[in-house]
This record gives sequence, structure tokens and C-alpha cells, in this order.
Amino acid sequence: MTTRPLLLTVEGITKAYPGVVANSDVSFAIRVGEVHCLLGENGAGKSTMVKMIYGLVKPDSGRMTWKGADYAPAAPRVARATGVAMVFQHFSLFEALTVAENVALGMENPPTMKALAARIKAVSEEYGLPLDPARMVGDLSAGERQRVEIIRCLLQDPKLLIMDEPTSVLTPQEVEILFKTLRQLAAEGTAILYISHKLEEIRALCDAATILRRGKVVGTADPKASTARQLAEMMVGATLTPPERPAPKDWGGAHAALEVRGLNAASPIPFGTSLKDITFTVKKGEVLGVAGVAGNGQDELLLALSGEIKSGDGMVKATGVSVGAMGPAERRKIGFVMAPEDRLGHGAAPDMSLVENAFLTGGVRKGLSRNGFINWPAARDFAEDIIKTYDVRTPGSHVAARALSGGNLQKFVVGRELMQHPDVIVINQPTWGVDAAAAAAIRQAILDRAAEGAAVVVISQDLDALLEIADSFAVLNEGRLTVPRPVKGLTIDEIGLMMGGAHGMEAAHASA
Amino acid sequence: MLRLEKRPNPSKFWLYATPIVAVILTMLVGGALFAAMGKNPVEVIRTIFWDPLFGEFAFYLRGQLLVKAGPLILIAIGLALGFKAGIWNIGAEGQYIMGAICGAAVGLAVYPTESRLIFPAMVIAGAFGGWVWAMIPAILKTRFNTNEILVSLMLVYVAQTVLAKASTGFLKNPEGMGFPGSRNFSSYPAAANPELIPGSGLHWGVVTAFVVAIIAWVLLSRHIIGFQIKLSGQAPRAARFHGVNPSKLVVLCMGISGGLAGLAGLFEVTGPAGQISIDFNVGYGFTAIIVAFLGRLNPIGIVFAGLLMALTYVGGEMAATNLGLPSAAIEMFRGMLLFFLLWVDVLTNYRIRTFMGAR
Repeated sequence: MTTRPLLLTVEGITKAYPGVVANSDVSFAIRVGEVHCLLGENGAGKSTMVKMIYGLVKPDSGRMTWKGADYAPAAPRVARATGVAMVFQHFSLFEALTVAENVALGMENPPTMKALAARIKAVSEEYGLPLDPARMVGDLSAGERQRVEIIRCLLQDPKLLIMDEPTSVLTPQEVEILFKTLRQLAAEGTAILYISHKLEEIRALCDAATILRRGKVVGTADPKASTARQLAEMMVGATLTPPERPAPKDWGGAHAALEVRGLNAASPIPFGTSLKDITFTVKKGEVLGVAGVAGNGQDELLLALSGEIKSGDGMVKATGVSVGAMGPAERRKIGFVMAPEDRLGHGAAPDMSLVENAFLTGGVRKGLSRNGFINWPAARDFAEDIIKTYDVRTPGSHVAARALSGGNLQKFVVGRELMQHPDVIVINQPTWGVDAAAAAAIRQAILDRAAEGAAVVVISQDLDALLEIADSFAVLNEGRLTVPRPVKGLTIDEIGLMMGGAHGMEAAHASA
Repeated sequence: MLRLEKRPNPSKFWLYATPIVAVILTMLVGGALFAAMGKNPVEVIRTIFWDPLFGEFAFYLRGQLLVKAGPLILIAIGLALGFKAGIWNIGAEGQYIMGAICGAAVGLAVYPTESRLIFPAMVIAGAFGGWVWAMIPAILKTRFNTNEILVSLMLVYVAQTVLAKASTGFLKNPEGMGFPGSRNFSSYPAAANPELIPGSGLHWGVVTAFVVAIIAWVLLSRHIIGFQIKLSGQAPRAARFHGVNPSKLVVLCMGISGGLAGLAGLFEVTGPAGQISIDFNVGYGFTAIIVAFLGRLNPIGIVFAGLLMALTYVGGEMAATNLGLPSAAIEMFRGMLLFFLLWVDVLTNYRIRTFMGAR
């Protein structure tokens, strides 16, 4: 393998965005005909890295070389001319146009439609990617759409093909076909930079892997010679130690505060992930952390728990009551509250004042209305109470929610739920986009509420933050939840395996 | 260079200044239009805005203002509730017609019985007629996700056909010597909606409009249904999170606006119009859309907007007869009002920033 010549080298690349360093001193090299993997959790900096290679983002420092010469693409056009092609995670296709028309739109100098159709046909047959150039893209499956993107790239005769999480939308059969194509391309000398966090795929396909964590290269590996466990360990990081937390007080009582049994729910979101047979229980005073990469059913899980998606009888029980058929307001009444991830537009109405937003969910439990008439002075008192208790920085309770910074609004939204003295609380991404001080305050507030006897479910992608507060831990993977395990005694290996989906993959694919 | 920048908070000043600025701009541009047509713009504007209130025939025209404003306000308030929730009932004209037909049919069915119960029964039937007509787009929307704008608008034309059938067929006056149109309610006291104070223009429909405006104001500012209506319009996902059932809200808002439009139709047919006739409807249901927006979708604002719009109707007619202005020009003038309103409205949520060249 080392006999192959170097194609692209990345040396000491650093890219910082305000408030976050996406890549710090990243170096790796790709050889001609190599399938190279960038492995890492969400937010590890994989996407930023490939965007720099593709000329979409300019690095702050460091250099790249292409076949030994300096390489600094100013725009994707330059990258394409050099021989870099990229298939994005989200397709950019026009549904109302045919395959051939879509391909033509992405070309600098498209040939005639007839010639192009013939070329598409030839390439698709050569690489075993069956595709009819005359079909409407709107009629194609996700896998077929991806083929359009791949063929669009192949027509440029690339030397390096970048694929960003290509299998997230594919069925197992489509994955097989894709892998066959990629192997053929590699054999013909095209290097492939493959981005993923799916360990089994990487072991099946890649020759080399560079592992990123928090924007830094934490290691390289030969995936074929490594176990999934070793890869997971590197991806999650060996420095990870779950902090000690006192065991939750025994609050007695036979019922779990929140009991979810065999919850199935179709996603109301286009291209969303359906929930499949989710089962877990949370006791009083317990914090369950639900980890997993975004898009694996986190939003749907919150909607099903909040009552925005109804579920079957007995699938969701809170404080011993079956709430499957209840809407959000009825659930709040029995002490089951929630804070969604998207605070502006979902958790709060952007153009409404903080008083109105306090009433939004606080009305039921705080008794802010009588016979349907709203007691606005009481709602204002409640809003001001939240602002004071959770140190929300705002000129006053009369300002619109959209005028607050993300962190302050998050403190308001989480505070609003915690101040209703809930028995069960579900929070999606409590510290997303929040500065460190506010995040610490929010985490402490959640723990305080748990110490008072509330059952808490925290859904988050931030593994470290999750392990800091969770008593038990589960991972959401393609709409399925792993069996929750106590955080105490959980080893890094085990977390890595749960995270990487190494044992969730087969099950998930069987139902796809 | 000019650039629009979103305000962190909607501007209170522009919220209230917008209608006034829009009226002034309409006067200026409308005046230019009239001047281009060879009329004296000052005289036209004065005829439209001043004479009905303080001119020679004001004693009569002031009453006409209330007669015209009543149905506009009544319909616009119902529409505003829906518009606030993002539910677009464009077919109030049809619901107005069906309300009039249903209410009139109840009264005509028992003719010539005299009873105090007849008029209240007609009022209920009128509201019911409008409500049923609005339920068609509402249920199609909640069941099959059809677009309520299209369905409600198309049903206006169906209603107009029913109206033609009613005035030439099933509601035709048997003693009308073959002329189309129903019996006249002015000669049937138990079913009539006369002026409460002679010469004032005030009839039960106007009273109802003012009462409904107050109820709607309380609903929107104090009641949880009003909160849910505003929330659904501004942030639909937050509304679902709050616990609003979007389908129920569609049925509720369409039902209220349809019922109020039906009421307006009933009060009109039993009062100022007097009878069901082929040309019974004069576009109140469409004009009410402008009134609703001119009034900032606020019930109190709608009362003023309705009166202002009635003024352009009454004054416009004056200008047409006295100054020989074509009615199309008056309609254009009215259309300008909505146009400028929406145009100036941008300033409520955005501010104009100027900056020099590229940075």
C-alpha cells in the first residue's frame, strides 16, 4: 500500500468559527486508489475538513498539497477542475427534472442531452449503478438519487471522490451496491475519502482511517486490522471518565415515574426517523441520558413524549397514567413536561413576549387561567420569576423571545419547565449552542430538580455533558433505543460500542 | 444603498402609524390618478372623505355609513380571527349569501305568521347558513388537506348560483308578477330588521357588529382561545407544543367567520336590502378582507377601518354621481389602500438602513 503515490496531503490545518474550533492542526494523507475514512462523532470536525478540501471553506492556517504541489482551492469550481468531486449528505437535485437534466445542471459545459444520456447510461452500467437518464428524479428512491449524484461526480472523472455519510439514507441492498462501486473505483485508481461514524461499514470498506475528536486527529488506524471496539475507543476518547454521582435516593413506590413500552411511531417530519419499539423506564429522582447522533429519532422521541405524536394505549405511562392519547396540555396537567431542542419556533414563539411564552407551557400547572380567561399579571410574575431564578439576561419580560440570545432563551425555556415542579421532565439538547457557564447552570438546575424527586430524560449529542448528569445511559440509533445501562460501572468500550451502533446495525437494517 | 433589517421587536409606533400613512399615500397617489383623469383631485378627495360626514347631505349619508360599515365590520372580525391563526377564509362573500338565503327562507316559510320568535329564528338560521358554507372548506382542509383559500373562494361562485336560483325559483315572490326576487321584508314586520332610530342607519346588524367587536377584543386579549389563535398564526409548531389541535382550530375559526358572515347577510337581506334578489351581494365579503387588514386584524381597529371603508363607498358613490368619476377609478382607489397598507406594513417588522457602497 505504501508503494502507491501520495495524492492529497493535509498538513496542520486549523479552522476556527466564532466560539468553536472546528479543526485544530489536522494532518493526514490520502494515496492514489485508497479508500480513506474520516471517523468521528458528530461535531468532531469531519464535515468542515472536507469542505476545505472541496473549496467551500477556507482554512485559517496549514497547507494542503495535491500530487506534491500546493493546493488551495478558492471555490468548488477550482477543486472540481483539479479532480476533487463530492457527494453531499443532503442531495441537491430538482425533483421535477429528469436524471439527465439534473446531471447537466451540475456541469460546466454540458454536452447535448442525447450524448449526455448515452454517457450516463454507459457510466451507470460500467459501475453497476442502474439508472435510467430519462426518469424524473421525483420518482426515484433515496438510493437512486444518490446514484445520480455519484454519476454526476464520475462524469468529471475525479481523482478523489468525497462521500459524506453516504449510507445514512440507504437500504442494506443499496449499501452493498454502493460498496461494490466504490471498490471498483478504488481499484481503478480513484481515491475515496469516506466520512462516517458507522464502524462496521468502515471496517468493510476502508484501507485507512483518520480519527477525529473535537477537531483534532486523535489517531490513525488500519480498519481491517482493528476491531470495532478499538475504533470506538479512539472515536469516543480514552480520557472519558464518567464522574461519580451519588446513587439516587430511593423514593419508594412501585411505579416508575416514566414508563415507555414498545413505543412505535411514524415520523411526521419528511425524511424523519420512525421510532421502533422504544422501551425504557425512569424512576423518581433518576436521570436517563439518551445519546446518539442527530437524526436518529431524537426529535421524534421528544414529540412522542410531549404528546405532539399520539401513541397507542399503554406505550407511554407517566406517573402511572397511560398518556398515549393525551395532548401536551393534558400531559402537563399530570406533571409531565418537556423542553424541545428547537427553542425558537417550537419551545417558544419568536414574536411573542416572554410573558406570553411563559404562559405557553406554564399556563396549566401554574394556574394562569380561569374559565379560559388568562391572568396576565400572574403570567408576568411567572415570567419574571423565571428570569430572576435562571439569570436570563433580558431588558424585561415584555421583549419578544427572538430578541434574546440563544443561551438566554434556552435558560428561559428550560427554567420555565423546571419551575413548574414537574414529576417527569424530558429535555432535548438542553445545552445546545449555550455557552459554558449557562450550560453548567442548566445542568445543575436539572440535577437539582432530579434531587427533588423528578424523573428526568435528557436527550443530547454531547456525550461528556450527558455522562456528567445521567444515572443511566442509552443510545438512540436509527429510531431504536439500546437497553439503558447504569452509568456507574459503564466502561468506555461499552459506551463506544453503543454509540458506534456496532451491534445496532444489523437489527436496524433488518427492518429497513 | 438601502437595506431592510429585521427589528428585534416589532415597532409599536409603526403598528399604529401604518394605517394612517397608508391612507395619506392613497390620497396622494389617488389624487394624482384623478388629476390624470382630468378631475380636480382636491375636490374628489373632499367628496369622498369630507362630504359624507360634514357636507350638505351628511344627515342622510352618515346613516349610510353605518349601514355599509355594519356588515363590513361583522365579516372582517370573523375573518381577522382566522387570518391571525393563518387560516385563510377568502369566501366570506359566499357565506354571506348563504346566510341571507337560509335566514330569509326561514322567515318566508312561515309568512305571514306574526310572532316575536320569527326574527330570532331567522338570525340563528342565517348564522347557521354561513357556518355550513364555511364548514365545507374547513372539513376538506382537515380531512384531505385541501387549500381553504381555493375551496372557500370557489364556493362563492356556487353560492351566487344558488342565489340566482333562489331569487328566480324557490324563494321567488309568488305575488311578484313574475319579477325575480323574494317578498320584501319591509312589508313583513315579524321578519324585518328596521332602523332602530329612524334616519340613523342603526339596525340590529350594526349593533351586533359593535358587540361582536368587543367580544372579539376580549377573546383575543384575555382568553386562551385568542392566545391559541395568535400562537398558531405566529409559530405553528409552538402552538402544537402548547397543545393546540390544528384541525379543531381550523374548524373553529372557519366556523366563526362563516357564522358572522352569514349573520351579516341575514341582517342585510332583512334590513337595507329588503329582499333576496339576483344582485343581492355587493362584495362586502371581499371588501371585508381589506377591512380586516386595514384594521390590523385588531377588532377595535377593524371598527375604524370598517367606518373608513364605508366612507370610501358612500363618498365614492357621491364622486361617481356628482363628479362623473367612473366606478372603476373608485375601486382602484380602494385597492390602493390595501396595497399601500401592506407596503408600509414592512416597516413594522423591518427598518430601513442606509449604508455607503460595499464594505
